[in-house]
Parts: sequence; C-alpha cells; structure tokens
Amino acid sequence: MGWRKSMEATWALVRRAANELLRGVLAPTIFFLGLTSVFGALDNLAGFPAPYKDWLIPVSLLQGAGFTGAATGVNLARDIEQGWFDRLLVSPAPRPVILAGLVLSAALRSLIPAIFLLIVGFAIGVQWPGLDGLLIALLVVMGMGTVAACWGTTLALKYRSQSAAPLMQAGMLLLVLTTTAYAPLALLTGWLHTVARYNPVTQVVEAARQGFIGSVTWGNTWPGLVALAGLLAVLSALALRGMHRTAI
Amino acid sequence: MTRTDLRVVAALGARSVKQTFRRPQLLAPIVVFPSILLAIQTAGAGQAVNLPEFPPVNSFLDFMLAGAMIQATLLAGNSGGIALAVDIEMGFTDRLLAAPISRFGMVLGRLAGTGVLSLLAGIWFIVVGLIFGAQINDGVPGVIVMLLLVTLSGLAFGGIGAAVALRTGRASVVQGLFPLVFVILFLSSAFFPQDLLTGPAATIAQYNPLSFIVEGIRDPVISSLTWEVFGKAIASLALVGAIGIGLSALALRRRLRAGG
Repeated sequence: MGWRKSMEATWALVRRAANELLRGVLAPTIFFLGLTSVFGALDNLAGFPAPYKDWLIPVSLLQGAGFTGAATGVNLARDIEQGWFDRLLVSPAPRPVILAGLVLSAALRSLIPAIFLLIVGFAIGVQWPGLDGLLIALLVVMGMGTVAACWGTTLALKYRSQSAAPLMQAGMLLLVLTTTAYAPLALLTGWLHTVARYNPVTQVVEAARQGFIGSVTWGNTWPGLVALAGLLAVLSALALRGMHRTAI
Repeated sequence: MTRTDLRVVAALGARSVKQTFRRPQLLAPIVVFPSILLAIQTAGAGQAVNLPEFPPVNSFLDFMLAGAMIQATLLAGNSGGIALAVDIEMGFTDRLLAAPISRFGMVLGRLAGTGVLSLLAGIWFIVVGLIFGAQINDGVPGVIVMLLLVTLSGLAFGGIGAAVALRTGRASVVQGLFPLVFVILFLSSAFFPQDLLTGPAATIAQYNPLSFIVEGIRDPVISSLTWEVFGKAIASLALVGAIGIGLSALALRRRLRAGG
C-alpha cells in the first residue's frame, strides 16, 4: 500500500510538472507565431532591417526565459505556503547554496522553451544565426532565465504567497517588451522610444538578435553581457537579502 | 425566472466581483496585462498607421482600444471559469446545490459577475484611451454601444469558461485555456487590420466571430458604426453565447447526474 501511494504521489508530481512545462513551452511559441502573423507587415516600413519573424524570435526566446524564471518564484511561493521551504531552511545547507540551486535550475530549464521555439522558428523560415549567433542567443536566454528566477524568488520571499504570481510575470513581461521588441528604436514612438533607449534589456535583446538579422560582432555582444551581469548582480543581491531575512 | 432566482443571481454576481477585486491573480489578467500590452503595442507598432493599406485613423491607440477591450473580456471569461472551478474544488458549489435555489441561477450568477467585470474593464479602457488622446468618433452613443458589446462579450466568453469549469471541476484545466485565449486573439483582427495580417491568420480572421465582435467595438471609435457591422457583432455574440450556455447546461446536468 505504501509503495502504491508513493507511485501515485510521484505520478501526480510528474503530471504537475508536465502541465507546467507544456504551458511554459507553448506560451512563448504562441506569442511568436501570433505576433509574427499580426504585426508581420511592419517589416514593410521604411527602415525595418529584417523580416519580422527574424526580428521577433529573440524577443520570444527571452520572453520564454522570463516566464520560466517567474515560474521558479511561483513554485517557491507554493513551497512556502505548503511549509516545504521551512524544512529546507532548517537543513544544514547554507542559504546562498539553496538560492543558487533555485536560480541555476531556472537557467537550465529556460533552454527547453528556447529549443522548442527555435525548432518551430527554423521550420517556418527563420534565418539560421550561425553557430556563434545561436550560442550567444542561448547563453543570453540562460542569463535572462536566471535574472527572472532571482526576481521571482525575491517576490516569493517577500509576499510568501502565490497571489504574487501576476507581479512576477508582469515584471518580466515589462522588462522584455519595453525594449526594441516590436520594432527598431528609430520606429518606436512616444514613451517607449525613451524607455527602450535606457532599458538595459534592450542591449540583451540586441545581443540575442544579432545573428538572426545579420552577422555576429563583439561590439553587439558585450553590451548585452554587461547588462545581464548588472541585472544579475542587483537581483541576486535582493534575492539573497530576502533569503537571509526569512525566518523559520 | 422568479424573484428569488434574480436575488440569487445578483448575490452570486456581487460575490464574484468582490472575489476578483480581492484576488490579484484574478484581476491582473483582466486589467493589468491588457493595459500593459495596450501601452507597449501602441508605442511599439504605432508606425503601422503609415502602411499604405492601414485604414485612416486618428492614432494607433484608437485602433488598438477595441483589441484591448476584447482581450480583457476573454480573460474575464477565463478568470470567471477559474473562480467557478475553485468553488467546485473547495465545495462551495456543493453547498449551493444543497440549497433550494435554481441550478442554472448558480451559473448565471457567475456570468453576471463576469459581465459586470467586463463592463468595468470597458470603462477603464475608454477612460485610459481618452486620457491618452483617443477620439471616439461616434461620441457618447458610440461609447454606450461599445460598453454594451463589451458586457455581452464578457457574458458570452464567460459561458465558455463556465462550461469548462463545470465539465472538469479543475481550476488548473481552465487556467490551461489561457494560451488558447491568445491563439483566438491572434487569429482575429483584434490587434491589426484584417487586410494586413499575414499567413493563415489572414484567412482565419475573415471567419473568426471574434473579428466581427471587435469590428463592432472598434467602428464607433475609428469611423462610424453601421447597422451591418453592429448586426454581425450581435450575431457573433449570440453564436458564442449560445455555445457557452448550451455547453454549460450540458456540463451542469452531467455534474448533477454524477452527484455534484
């Protein structure tokens, strides 16, 4: 009977993970295909440098990483609500190690929607970015997944409730979409033109995008890596502060 | 429907609205996400108005308002379904079933709440639009028609959400419809003119009832609503509403037969 109960519990966990994974994989792909169909004609505007699907795919890759990272926060909030996280905190593992485990797993998991999206993208004719362009894009995706996980973790530790999930997701959505996500900087209008110019994630998007719309250069790569490092430094410090302040 | 049934519908509708305002995870998809997307898409794709095939508009915001409203109503329907499924999971629906009230009044109460939330979302987007410079060509009568269509959309899409909730009784399944909402949106003229859509979306949008509903909400803003466009919007809403209510009735009957 005990063995059977364990199997049932394991199967329930696998099913839960599979559902979440499916949603995490499907959402960025749906957004990519949908936005390409809806706004595809924008590439007819003067000054638009590439076919729209090539322009958009790095944004969807980062969006997928953002959703995956935010899901880490939601899962942590659920573990806090159910008391499992308290048991983890009384274990001998240092808190920075627990945090590292949480966010690094998000970095790896963010590759799953990215690879699925890339397969769909190449199937519908997205330009091959070259091996260097692809590796940079995947590195940036992992970085963004880590940043999003730090953000989600910070909020989960602060609010200790899954009710904060919309804030975790909306934060990442805002960070990624208030960049040159839809169009080049020169074609953005109003407030978004200003925000995109100063949003560090614009550099991250451009680094991921370079291989899809042209050639890869160090000049287009390092600003994205610096921006990612800066975001990671700030958000991981906040997440770590939250971990240290969490009382059992 | 008796007076008692109407009181039940009003009470459950009020409970549904209060519940949504108390839970950020239910309110955010209805107001926050569509507002964020409206702001970003308006500024991000605003130059689209310079495309030769784009219909004459005062600004891209005028064109996008209807899309944001319909997105909010679709998500209100989805959130209503999630809340109903949570009620089923928590046993609240069982307690209602044990009470001497109309079975269908229970579902209508939830739908009434979704309708009110859609109306509030519609008002929100009109106010936000006007603050940021949108011009409603048909004036106050146009606003009234827009709010009517938005409220009816909430009721119609809420019926689909309620049907899934009653059939499955699981909030996670209804929540799983969230990506589907965007598929339906992207395959319609909600965010861009039908003539400028590319790929299969261009063909599907011609037959998608959502396109007719969106055009009905959009026309009072960018041009002037005609009886033909209004009629098509109402007919599409009637079709979606009939499907939703029909499926809800079937699912409710099945649930009652199975013992709640």
